[in-house]
Amino acid sequence: MKLSTQAEDDIFVITVMEDRIDAAVALAFKEAMRSHAEQAAETVVLDLANVNFIDSSGLGALVGTMKHLAPERTLLLAGMTAPVEKVFELTRMDTVFRMFKTRQDALLAQKE
Amino acid sequence: MATDTREGTTRGHTPLIVSLQTGEQAVREALAQIMKGLAPLDLTPEDAIAVELVLAEALNNVAEHAYPTHHAQGPIQVTCDFEHGGLNVTVADRGLGMPDGQAPKGNPQPVDLDVQDLPEGGFGWFLIRDLTRDLTYTRIGRENRLRFRMDMRSTKAG
Repeated sequence: MKLSTQAEDDIFVITVMEDRIDAAVALAFKEAMRSHAEQAAETVVLDLANVNFIDSSGLGALVGTMKHLAPERTLLLAGMTAPVEKVFELTRMDTVFRMFKTRQDALLAQKE
Repeated sequence: MATDTREGTTRGHTPLIVSLQTGEQAVREALAQIMKGLAPLDLTPEDAIAVELVLAEALNNVAEHAYPTHHAQGPIQVTCDFEHGGLNVTVADRGLGMPDGQAPKGNPQPVDLDVQDLPEGGFGWFLIRDLTRDLTYTRIGRENRLRFRMDMRSTKAG
């Protein structure tokens, strides 16, 4: 699972470099998130702009990642495409995650 | 080659039939073939998302539960028939049957919980039930057959 990590001030931004988070990669995604987020301080922004498909396995992996990071670290989601947003809305997970239109929006919200 | 498409369109009464052997990569390939096969219907983006999501959940369920081990892989056949403004879908496999001979109810998962109590699974059947109608599951002989219909909001195929 290809992820790229960038530190912006003390905020960790992880970008998913693949276009699907589905059953084929859900486990690998969760493990990659754990290892990438290891050095993160308080906030992890996950940029999903490249992802155009997520299924229930991928959604479960995101929930698992949030649980792994909590309570010390917060996971923010950014750049969700329409198919990804739809799955969050249908399952009401959009009420659980903090979601931002773009990674810049997420970073700005943290600086305020 | 894990997948095989027999028809390229679902116009009229020529259904799109895609066959695959189980496996996560095979599910990806089958979904790509199905979505390509449905392209002539010119589905709205929202409908296309729903179709791909429901089929992904249905195929992943078969791969995980009907054929639960590498030793028990087997065939899955997906049939999509476009009729009267909607898709009639059949997913057939020859794996294990559903528990109690019934498709899961797919109740919504609770979300108003503490982070550590949030569910990490159980979304699949909710999504299938939520986005389809007239869902039936039958097991005849060794074959499982899941059928449902998805209304399409608008397509050029009419």
